[in-house]
Amino acid sequence: MKFPITKSRGGAAALVAAVALVLAGCSSGDSGSESSESAGGGGGDSMSDANLAITFLPKNLGNAYFDTSNSVGGASAIEEFGGTYEEVGPAEATPDSQVSFINTATQQGVGALVVSANDPAAICDALNEARDAGVKVVTYDSDTNAECRDIFINQATAEGIAQVQVDMIAEQIGDAGQIAILSASANATNQNAWIEMMEEILAADHPDIELVETVYGDDDDQTSFDKTAALLQTYPDLKGIISPTTVGISAAARYLSTSDAKGEVAITGLGTPNQMREYVEDGTVTEFALWNPADLGYLAAYAAKALIEGEITGAEGDTFEAGELGSYEVGADGTVLLGEPYRFNADNIGDFDF
Amino acid sequence: MASTTLTPTTSRTYRDFQRPRWQRMLLTREMAVVAALIGVIAFASVAVDNFASSITYTYLFLDVAAILLIALPMTLVIVTGEIDLSVASVVGLSSVLTGTLYQAGLPFAVAALLAIAAGAVAGAINGFLVTVVGLPSLAVTIGTLALFRGLAVGLLGTTAITDFPDSWRDLVTNKIPGTPVPAIIVLVVVLAIVFGWLLHFTPFGRGIFAIGQSKEAAHFSGVRVGRTKLILFILSGTVAALAGIYYTLRYGSARGDNATGLELSVVAAVLLGGVSIFGGRGALHGPIAGALLIGAMASALRLASVTSDVINVITGTLLILSVVSPSLLAWAQSRRARRRGKKEGEDPASADPRPAQAADATVARRSTMGEEEQ
Repeated sequence: MKFPITKSRGGAAALVAAVALVLAGCSSGDSGSESSESAGGGGGDSMSDANLAITFLPKNLGNAYFDTSNSVGGASAIEEFGGTYEEVGPAEATPDSQVSFINTATQQGVGALVVSANDPAAICDALNEARDAGVKVVTYDSDTNAECRDIFINQATAEGIAQVQVDMIAEQIGDAGQIAILSASANATNQNAWIEMMEEILAADHPDIELVETVYGDDDDQTSFDKTAALLQTYPDLKGIISPTTVGISAAARYLSTSDAKGEVAITGLGTPNQMREYVEDGTVTEFALWNPADLGYLAAYAAKALIEGEITGAEGDTFEAGELGSYEVGADGTVLLGEPYRFNADNIGDFDF
Repeated sequence: MASTTLTPTTSRTYRDFQRPRWQRMLLTREMAVVAALIGVIAFASVAVDNFASSITYTYLFLDVAAILLIALPMTLVIVTGEIDLSVASVVGLSSVLTGTLYQAGLPFAVAALLAIAAGAVAGAINGFLVTVVGLPSLAVTIGTLALFRGLAVGLLGTTAITDFPDSWRDLVTNKIPGTPVPAIIVLVVVLAIVFGWLLHFTPFGRGIFAIGQSKEAAHFSGVRVGRTKLILFILSGTVAALAGIYYTLRYGSARGDNATGLELSVVAAVLLGGVSIFGGRGALHGPIAGALLIGAMASALRLASVTSDVINVITGTLLILSVVSPSLLAWAQSRRARRRGKKEGEDPASADPRPAQAADATVARRSTMGEEEQ
């Protein structure tokens, strides 16, 4: 105590420590109480002793497509059979950020994890660790490698999707002229598979249609918008754009609806009725296709339930009931097919709200 | 003139070293972060379901290992008053290089070594532009952030390379037998010791602090400012490339967009750990605790089903709080000094009697203001 002046510093440092502790404590405290209700291992309110806590992990949060598949489709299915629904996910659609959420689900010991993969291989180890810990893994929308999951809910076959998009663009541009593709990210599993098939179908059945370029909007609205603008400048003779992603097609339609090319350049692909409604009504878009994402989430939830209860194992030929969607059979490679793509146009778009 | 500028400096140094050694070691911002880390872990272990299990620590260490690795050289860089924002892009570039070279048929170890060498070159480019050309590191590394990321994405194009040898993958992700700690932490600890020794126990390290305090003064005292910074940028690039190889092996996937945005997590950890963004101040255990604190909080919040946006808000708030706390501290101290200055005359039995020389005219004047408040 030769220099007692220093005590003020020590005290102040302790104050900072206390403030940091209080802040951290508060934030954990709020969430701690929440966790006991929503995520605490789950299954407490289910009818059987099976752990029906099901966690949905989309590519990223804040994506209308996944909002519909998860909180509309998945949640209502889980409510029907009395499980616990939860949705978690990263803000950005990257595989490494998904791994943290998969690990968390493993720690929580949920019954099943329903995942749309940002990369087919990068999340594999994490998923297999989850499965080793007893978590059933259902992939939907975008698959992982087959050895990393129990079942994949396929929204439509790649052939079906590629075919419907090529058919639509061929009808809209009179089966001749230049077209381009505006895709999601360059690594997107299903977009790449569809594009490959579209190229094959175009080469085989539509010799007069020339695919000039495939560009990537990264499933980002502004990027997709800018890429559309660039496409139209680069190829003045462009007759049509196929965008096999919901973000891409609405950004492209928004650009076209305000540009001189409106009505001149056809835009089609995969979109949701709510995003595309105004462009169908103002004539920018004639027809586009999609499956019903709510049905996709609904089917994924029932598949997860069937896996948890041991009704199916994911082997080829297994059958399970999916509530109001009826009965489904597991096909080759543990894949369950939702159905054929659905075409939306001015006549029927009013019947849909998602 | 000279005496008035010198006097405060002298007294500050004097005050810094007049405390007993244990106080200088424990009552620091770094230790406040360590205390917060212990507090968060203790609280989460009790209040958050499933946190108190060994797997939590395995995942926590796997998640923060890359940030910890890069934070080590980043601490040294920031202590000199510079910054390296290109580290995450070097991670991506090194990941892609490892992948493409391995796919081209090179043994994995050779591919990894070449990627590390590329990281050193990337760091040398940063260092050259900062020290020789004399550009500000913020501008240089924002440029190379875009450049290296562009190279990474350009090299690999639309694909991701997978199928890395399992023996290598197990080497980084397998747990040390008998503990929940993954093997990569051994590398982190070794490098932490190396960088800790370099920063705190060598003349080179004293030079780093001197540069951060005043580049000119350091130069005139014989510190080779340019060379020191160049070495630090090379170290930063090298360690970032090493982290890129870890990233590749952990996720089993070499992608151009690996670790996008990681540089911000690293800088956040370093600043949260008490390193001054203006340079000249910091200690290596602070950023280590900072990275673990951010990781532990994110882990606990995820387990408690808090969304990622809220987690970002909390982390950001904590960071702001940490950065403004020195100013808050100074303000609180001056306030306390005022109070004490007033009390001094009335209460000689007070626990904190100030030495006579401190009760100068300023304090006397402030004490009258204190009186008005009461």
